[in-house]
Amino acid sequence: MTTAPSPSPPASAAAPSEARRERTVLSLPEHTVEIVSDPGEGAQKCGQIFGRVSAKMGNGVWTVEIIPAEIQPPARQPSSASGNRVRIGTGPVTNWGDHANLVVAFNEQVLLHRHRLDALAKDAIILIENMWATHDDPDIRQAWTDAMEELGSASYQFVPVPMEEECLAVIDNPRRGKNMFALGLLAWIYSRDLEKIKGLIAQEFRKKAEAIYDTNVTLLERGWRWAEDHLDFRIDVPRVESNRPMVVMNGNQAVAIGGIAAGMELCAMYPITPATSASHHLSDIFERFGGVVHQAEDEIAAVGVALGASFAGKVAFTITSGPGLALKTEFIGLAIMTETPLVVVDVQRGGPSTGLPTKVEQGDLLAAIFGQPGDAPHVVLAPATMEECFLCMTTARRVAEALRTVVIVLSDANLATGVQPFPRPDPSEQWFAQPPDLAPVREGLRPYDWDPQRGVSPRVVPGQPGGMFTATGLSHDEWSHVGYTPDVHERGCRMRSRKLAVFQQMLKPPVVNGEPTGDLLVVGWGSTLGAIEEAVGRARQEGLAVSSLHLRFLSPLEPGLAEIFRRFRKVMTIEINYSDDPGDPFVTAENRRRGQLAWLLRAQTLVDVDCWTRVPGEPLRPGQILQAIHDSMPQGASR
Amino acid sequence: MTDLSCSLLSAAPDDEEREWTLADYEAAAARWCPGCGDHAILTGVERLLEAEQLPPEQTVFVSGIGCASRFPHYLHTYGFHGIHGRALPIATGIKLRRPELHVFVVMGDGDCCSIGAGHWIHAVRYNLDIVALLLDNGVYGLTKNQTSPTSPKGIPSNTQPRGAILPPINPIAATLGVTNASFVAQTGDWLPAHLYATLQAAFHHHGLAFVRVLQRCPQYTPAIYDVAMRDPDLVELLVHPNGVVVPELDRLFKHKRPHDPADLDAARHLAEPDGKIRLGVFYRNETCPVYEETRAVAARSASEKVALLGAELDRYAV
Repeated sequence: MTTAPSPSPPASAAAPSEARRERTVLSLPEHTVEIVSDPGEGAQKCGQIFGRVSAKMGNGVWTVEIIPAEIQPPARQPSSASGNRVRIGTGPVTNWGDHANLVVAFNEQVLLHRHRLDALAKDAIILIENMWATHDDPDIRQAWTDAMEELGSASYQFVPVPMEEECLAVIDNPRRGKNMFALGLLAWIYSRDLEKIKGLIAQEFRKKAEAIYDTNVTLLERGWRWAEDHLDFRIDVPRVESNRPMVVMNGNQAVAIGGIAAGMELCAMYPITPATSASHHLSDIFERFGGVVHQAEDEIAAVGVALGASFAGKVAFTITSGPGLALKTEFIGLAIMTETPLVVVDVQRGGPSTGLPTKVEQGDLLAAIFGQPGDAPHVVLAPATMEECFLCMTTARRVAEALRTVVIVLSDANLATGVQPFPRPDPSEQWFAQPPDLAPVREGLRPYDWDPQRGVSPRVVPGQPGGMFTATGLSHDEWSHVGYTPDVHERGCRMRSRKLAVFQQMLKPPVVNGEPTGDLLVVGWGSTLGAIEEAVGRARQEGLAVSSLHLRFLSPLEPGLAEIFRRFRKVMTIEINYSDDPGDPFVTAENRRRGQLAWLLRAQTLVDVDCWTRVPGEPLRPGQILQAIHDSMPQGASR
Repeated sequence: MTDLSCSLLSAAPDDEEREWTLADYEAAAARWCPGCGDHAILTGVERLLEAEQLPPEQTVFVSGIGCASRFPHYLHTYGFHGIHGRALPIATGIKLRRPELHVFVVMGDGDCCSIGAGHWIHAVRYNLDIVALLLDNGVYGLTKNQTSPTSPKGIPSNTQPRGAILPPINPIAATLGVTNASFVAQTGDWLPAHLYATLQAAFHHHGLAFVRVLQRCPQYTPAIYDVAMRDPDLVELLVHPNGVVVPELDRLFKHKRPHDPADLDAARHLAEPDGKIRLGVFYRNETCPVYEETRAVAARSASEKVALLGAELDRYAV
């Protein structure tokens, strides 16, 4: 935002105006809003509804949750900040952007958190709860003063808002309603459709008493009126009505509904952040579709149950995050060895170990591909948008069945909790799996009747007369008979691997975003798509010869990469996982630990692929990526 | 385990004619050591399959890893020889979505009581309609003689050469302590008639039938059950019309205790160690909820699912 509105001075903002004031209406192609509160005060709900209503009204939207790991951490501490960032635009919005332009903060400490993370634009408008400045507790007043001093280093424009006082006129405990008041403020500022918001509130509280809905709506309208009476600016982000039907959901909802659309019949899971919410959505609706969510006793049992159901001919998946993926490793190896189709969704979070449970990272790539001891060829794919979270479930199911192997889907916390509108999928019966064929097995068919050219074999399931065999994790021949001889093991390994080679040849070469040749090619995967392409777009506008490439299939890798890479003077991955910076102490070209995709690409293409990676526990910002591009341009690059 | 597929079976004209013989259930020759108790258990199971005329294609044996877990390879039914300790989750997945299949689980003591102990507790609580056999020889055999959680205290092994340090887990008492336990029995591999009668009772139980089979390992733990084999006075049979009654054993065993398997308190008391090896049905309750029935859902046709998906997506419509 370049033109900053002049906010009302606190004194006049606090007093109701006698007349409607002159208002500046800022028309902008995009704007980024944050709502932050203590956990339990509902800023997330406020942000989610604001994001959804914006999408429903035709704006491009991308939301990101700001979330502490605990349920009720201490109030009024920077590290407790909880809320949502919502970036809205006239066109499609593909990432969370760089800085927030407008913030609603329920206290100064959570605001401080965002300030310290450099999340706020220097001229951000900040609507802040003003009760703390005059609080009875001198420590709180002091904290407010100190915070304001620190925040004074930026040129934020503060609008004090008596949220507590306003809410007390409606409810006894404003902690349980301030969020709807804040939503009212935002609704007025951005001219959101109140009726649509009420519809979303009704959906949100559909399991609660009607009185709760009424109270929330009263607070919403009160926020709207307060803004109308006191603010001298509104923001208009023009909308483009889509002529295609659109839906808006987060990546975990997309995985859940996409799983149903893929014909899944069982989801076996164990609670783990940030994957669990997918099973919440499924638990709500799956049984209507004839499906079951089985909450297993642990991560290992969850994948075991899915594997058992799949062995029995049903279509099953399991959903987890990094620590759970580690626990499931042995079963994943068993599924690969027994050639039992299985879909494993890993919603990545920061690692290693418990790491950053609620925050995004792309640190599981190599574990997903190579995590199993022994040679365990299988497919790893990564959706890059909410829409792809939906669609990839059908792809994953089909590939798992066609190849009789495991497909690991790598989503992440950014996709899981972020919301983006996308064209409404049009499910069809063809998306579903065929019911298991229980016809007698033809004479002589062996349970692993590998086609020596393609490595695949027809699947036999229990219930088929004449097909009886014992699947085993031991090395086995075509009859599934245990064999320890060199030829049996070599052959089994070769057949399981060959399927992947055949599959790789069926994949389409990836499409370069930008010119097919140039100085720098940025390669990414997963949820960073939007931020990378935005940064590359800005770089190209500056005249830099930069293009980008985004991979969906990571194992096997999409074809033609080496050839594409050779058309650029430099190739660099951008990832949210750890790598040594080249200038770090003791780091040399020989010992440098690189980003995970970079490892893979170097090994597979023999191209000297560089990387720029960060592990901030938040999505990458396009501005950061642009800076990395500037810093990484090869010497002598044209401008 | 109730025979749910009877109607399916009789509906299939081919199978109506077919009579399954012992040979139909036999697969590869067993590779257990001579004298291993597993041979007798395999024979008992084959007899059961034949007596119940279970179609091999409707029957699945699931196992973990260990000597006992080779079991499915020696049967000509469907089988899943999985990973150590994890037979029960695989069986859960099979039974949950294909309840018409007859599912048997075969575990060793390392499988069930050590690495897979979490699954054991929870499978008992799920109470799927399956038969779960614990082939308990009190030792890790396949890995060559390490102390197991059921090794009697003081028995030496390669990992505890001065004798097992801890008192053993009591699988019967532990199972009886789990909520929703519905069938708990103990038998011995050296008493084929008792073994068979117990398997039969387990199969006909509706719910998870947990059977601990005391199983001799002539290689590493010959001592632990030999005493009881040689001295029937150390054994006490639990007898009751709702348990197992084996008249041919009347002559051999003088200690017989009438025990109503409906009595959980008495069962827990009898499971406590007091020098006696008790064989029979400790507990049986047909009224416990069975997981695959609790979780049964109506199947939907593809066209119904497409319509429902459309309605679901409309909830997210912009």
